[in-house]
Amino acid sequence: MAPHTEQLTAPAVRLAGLTRSFDGRTVLDGVDLEFPAGQFTALLGHSGSGKSTLLRAVAGLDHEVEGGGELTAPERVSVVFQDSRLLPWRRVLDNVLLGADGKEAAARGRAALAEVGLAGRERAWPSELSGGEAQRAALARSLVREPELLLADEPFGALDALTRIRMHGLLRELWKRHRPAVLLVTHDVDEAIVLADRVLVLENGRIGLDLTIDRPHPRSYRDPLLGEYRERLLAALGVTEDLA
Amino acid sequence: MSTTTTTTTTAAAAPPPAAGAPGVRRRRRRSLSPGRRLPAAGLIGPLAVLALWAGASAAGRLDPGAIPAPWTVLRTAGRLWTEGTLATDVVTSLRRAAYGFAIGLTAGVVLALASGLSRVGEALIDGTVQLNRAIPTLGLIPLFILWLGIGETFKIAIIAIVVYIPVYLNTHAALSGIDSRFVELAEVQGLSRLAFVRRIVVPGALPGFFVGLRLGVTGSWLGLVVLEQINATSGLGYMMFQATNYGQSDVILVGLLIYGVFGLVSDSAVRLVERRVLSWRRTLNS
Ligand SMILES: Nc1ncnc2c1ncn2[C@@H]1O[C@H](COP(=O)(O)OP(=O)(O)OP(=O)(O)O)[C@@H](O)[C@H]1O
Ligand SMILES: [Mg+2]
Repeated sequence: MAPHTEQLTAPAVRLAGLTRSFDGRTVLDGVDLEFPAGQFTALLGHSGSGKSTLLRAVAGLDHEVEGGGELTAPERVSVVFQDSRLLPWRRVLDNVLLGADGKEAAARGRAALAEVGLAGRERAWPSELSGGEAQRAALARSLVREPELLLADEPFGALDALTRIRMHGLLRELWKRHRPAVLLVTHDVDEAIVLADRVLVLENGRIGLDLTIDRPHPRSYRDPLLGEYRERLLAALGVTEDLA
Repeated sequence: MSTTTTTTTTAAAAPPPAAGAPGVRRRRRRSLSPGRRLPAAGLIGPLAVLALWAGASAAGRLDPGAIPAPWTVLRTAGRLWTEGTLATDVVTSLRRAAYGFAIGLTAGVVLALASGLSRVGEALIDGTVQLNRAIPTLGLIPLFILWLGIGETFKIAIIAIVVYIPVYLNTHAALSGIDSRFVELAEVQGLSRLAFVRRIVVPGALPGFFVGLRLGVTGSWLGLVVLEQINATSGLGYMMFQATNYGQSDVILVGLLIYGVFGLVSDSAVRLVERRVLSWRRTLNS
């Protein structure tokens, strides 16, 4: 049973010596990591490097996973998954309001849907939404809780390239307005560079590279100054330029 | 990020468009869905059979002793209703089926919830029901007569057992087959256990429950027929069994017809409720 200590006040994430293993195979080997409230962080790593494991640990979802270490996370945490995970038997608004009770909840749900550009679709069934719309509804659902920490595990992985770019803009805008700390897991170096203010690379069960990206927003994929960051990240991931 | 995809569309052997047009017209793909329902589709087959029956009877091709004409059956039904015991027989049969069905449905749902939502409940209930299922319920008739006598209680008990088994099995399977991704979602959204059951487990299990419900409805009629034809002194089955002794095929057909109407009406009612409740499902038939 992995310990999951929650602190009510400080909305910062702190991991110290976090370990997780599956059947004796160590996936996280003492991760030390700290990030302040409101920071937009991206987490990169090879497939199987343990990004999802780390995120699930922070979300407190790894009940049955072996491991130890210290973990502090804020009280209000939202998670956006790779699939939108909308309940097919609830209308879009009711999905957004899942877990949010109270009178003003409905108003907040509508506002969140409007923010992600889904005003007017409150009464639609999830099966009637496109992939991008469903993912936007999932974003709205995560916002309704007014999270101090937003965890996203490849939230755009299932979307096409054009929709992804739109979603990047939307996510960044929502972040600017609500200012949660964000931990975005992705395998896409460009996505990490364009969105995040800090990029981490998970490597051999630890944070192998911790890079602060000091460029103004909105960023363009073609910004030549981002190329330098890209190269360093690709090198950390073991990809040489001619392969990329 | 900068991949360019070039799509070349080649039209399948479409007939060349009218003179001069250089574009290639693309035929719409043939839909694999069977298409729109015919109006009153459910009635066409039965009406055709009825017409065939009436025609053959009118032409004298059927032995009236074995298969009487439709109008003879109707006349017999009217006579039995006004002069005979048909009305009380119908009520007796309906009451048996309704009691048995209600008890079986309740038991099936309650047991499925108890065993689907708690590990202790599962340990106690599931194995027992699986064992019960292995014994054909109609095989329990002799034992139940011994225990409960040959009255109404025993008949209702047998029908209830026939009903509860499919309701339990399907509801339990649906409850325990809940998608683990939705369990995770509930945890993330901070749902209480009660809210999790109400908003995720139960609605997610409804499709399975309806499968069990329909099997249960069918089962209740089946149980009724068997019970009434072997151990009854009233009811539709008894009426039909008596008619066999006197060679009254028209009376037997009246009984069958009424059983058919029971089955049809109850199944349609379940379907109607199912369509309402599961309106979020978009299937091939919607
Ligand atoms: N529930 C589990 N049981 C056993 N092994 C697991 C489990 N979850 C993850 N693992 C293993 O832990 C390792 C890290 O998995 P994880 O899902 O965290 O990788 P990831 O970095 O998210 O990869 P990807 O980019 O492909 O999503 C993998 O080798 C995986 O096989
Ligand atoms: Mg992953």
